[in-house]
Amino acid sequence: MAVLHSAPKFAANTGVADVLTAALGAMLLSAHEAHGEIILTVKRESVDDALRALRDDHEYQQLMEIAGVDYPERAERFEVVYMLLSVTRNHRLLVKVSTDEATPVPTITGLWPNAGWLEREVFDLYGVLFAGNTDLRRILTDYGFEGHPFRKDFPLTGYQEVRYSEEEKRVVYEPVKLAQDFRSFDFMSPWEGADYVLPGDEKSQMPATPPGGETPKTTDKPSDTGAGAKADAAAVTKVASGAPATKDNGTAAPGAPDQTKGPAGNPADKSGDKA
Amino acid sequence: MSGLTLEQSPTTGDEVIGNYTINFGPQHPAAHGVLRMVMELDGEIIERVDCHVGLLHRGTEKLIEYKTYLQALPYFDRLDYCSPLAMEHSYVLAIEKLLNIEVPLRAQYLRVLFAELTRICNHMLNLGSHMMDVGAMTPNLWLFEIREDCLNFFERASGARMHSAYFRPGGVHQDVPLKLLVDMGEWLDKRMPELFEDAMSLVVDNRIFKQRNVDIAIATKEEALAWGFSGPMIRAAGIPWDLRKSQPYDVYHLMEFDIPVGTNSDCYDRFMVRVEEVRQSMRIMKQCLRDIPEGPIASDDRKVVPPKRGEMKQSMESLIHHFKLYTEGFHVPAGEVYVATESPKGEFGVYLVSDGSNKPYRCKIRPTAFSHLQAMDFMCKGHMLPDVTAIIGAIDVVFGECDR
Repeated sequence: MAVLHSAPKFAANTGVADVLTAALGAMLLSAHEAHGEIILTVKRESVDDALRALRDDHEYQQLMEIAGVDYPERAERFEVVYMLLSVTRNHRLLVKVSTDEATPVPTITGLWPNAGWLEREVFDLYGVLFAGNTDLRRILTDYGFEGHPFRKDFPLTGYQEVRYSEEEKRVVYEPVKLAQDFRSFDFMSPWEGADYVLPGDEKSQMPATPPGGETPKTTDKPSDTGAGAKADAAAVTKVASGAPATKDNGTAAPGAPDQTKGPAGNPADKSGDKA
Repeated sequence: MSGLTLEQSPTTGDEVIGNYTINFGPQHPAAHGVLRMVMELDGEIIERVDCHVGLLHRGTEKLIEYKTYLQALPYFDRLDYCSPLAMEHSYVLAIEKLLNIEVPLRAQYLRVLFAELTRICNHMLNLGSHMMDVGAMTPNLWLFEIREDCLNFFERASGARMHSAYFRPGGVHQDVPLKLLVDMGEWLDKRMPELFEDAMSLVVDNRIFKQRNVDIAIATKEEALAWGFSGPMIRAAGIPWDLRKSQPYDVYHLMEFDIPVGTNSDCYDRFMVRVEEVRQSMRIMKQCLRDIPEGPIASDDRKVVPPKRGEMKQSMESLIHHFKLYTEGFHVPAGEVYVATESPKGEFGVYLVSDGSNKPYRCKIRPTAFSHLQAMDFMCKGHMLPDVTAIIGAIDVVFGECDR
């Protein structure tokens, strides 16, 4: 695909993935290139060895960032992404490992000292543990904060709110009270994104049957119609009390008295409607 | 002063004062925001610094996950509120990289022009406050004159002085009037260099200023690489690394400019690198003003860029596009990119993960200050307490971006 965008252009990716695949060997799980980024997925246990090899043998001198990503539907829900930069080759690389809440990732503070805070941030926001990081404190959230707020199952509004209490002359922590429900609108297009089933839509999926086809419309049992002994009894009483029974035969007599006496309207039309 | 530790002297048995632990910040004018540092001092010599950041953490990245791509844009202005357009630049380029959308040349020129104006604006604040932290009052006020001019230019282009939200995926929000470009050119020719050079002449060779900055907080090349330095911090260490040059984006590959580097990697070098960067930014801006072509200022891909208001009054299709883009927003193909640009403070990166919907699945922001502030501990070691303000000033830290 031709590159149309004007985003930063670093050295070409051609061949880099093959060289690194050969170099990392068994430590590598997969390597692919998409949107101009080379993404290496490595085994969790050997991430420090893999990054050391990349730093020392392949000139990726700088660790720019460590990002956590949460995919709750996966067995190992967290991804930890290391962004490497080579200032000599002018190239960038994304290295990934995946983990879950309980399994620690080996620390890389021994490779890059600035990994300390970056790992603390991933721990703070996602709860990913880093084995060997001696200073795994929270970094961005409040002192005494509980939970890992960037997990997808952590609500956007959080659980606690703070305010300054004039009575107590200090900041107090209270459970979150929302004056208005959290609004999340679904703007997805009903034609493209969403999968709604509107009433009646199911008919388009049913096989077309010719009218009067193989299943004749018959009423086998009284229960199918809603009728029964009770309804029969009610009908009998209605007839007995003098309800008009002219509809039964389906044809109206043209000379029926109530129709000829009518001030307006065509009796022939009316009889046609009834038929 | 919180923990004063008293020890028994081994020889006389008297009580002698050991290390102090003092709390610097979080409300301290020289901390440039809400930085809290717990410092261990031996007399006036710093032994250890433990930075506590996150007091301004607003959960921007989490909020972005609940917004459409366009709605998330103004959050970037509020990260580094001293250089808002540089923050937007990384974000729009990340979206464009995923969309692989072409941006018209005029929009690219406008972005570079305003990114450089942002750099000047940011450096005015940083240089001024750095000078003031070490005792020079007057030049700071003069530099604020320039900053005021910059903010007026932003206002004339976007309508907002600080939080412009001017860069948009696919281009910029609206075209600039010709008079603005003319005024900018005049300003670059006369007022700006006069004010700036006047202010600099007061400090760059000033004895007190040099005494406070030279040989303070030296970081070697190896340390700068290992600690993930970028921007003026890595250039002061003598590494000519500038993303505008090495990984050009927009029309930076057409621009002629030099990368200043330091020789001694101390606070004075960091200051002087920024001073020279301001001059280079003026050079880039002049080239932009000279070369900027006529033409559209945003992509004509109507699935990403909304149509103009006038079009909407005439065309039903434009009206539908406008409605869809401002309710549902555009969809970005699934994938992940890491896009970093040279913000005035260093490498500002956005790691954007898209799941193909109209909202980012994850948007990790790489702040420049995180790596630099982490190095405070080793840079402060052995220096005196008043040097801390100079070191923080030379790092150029803004907490909106550091804490996100």
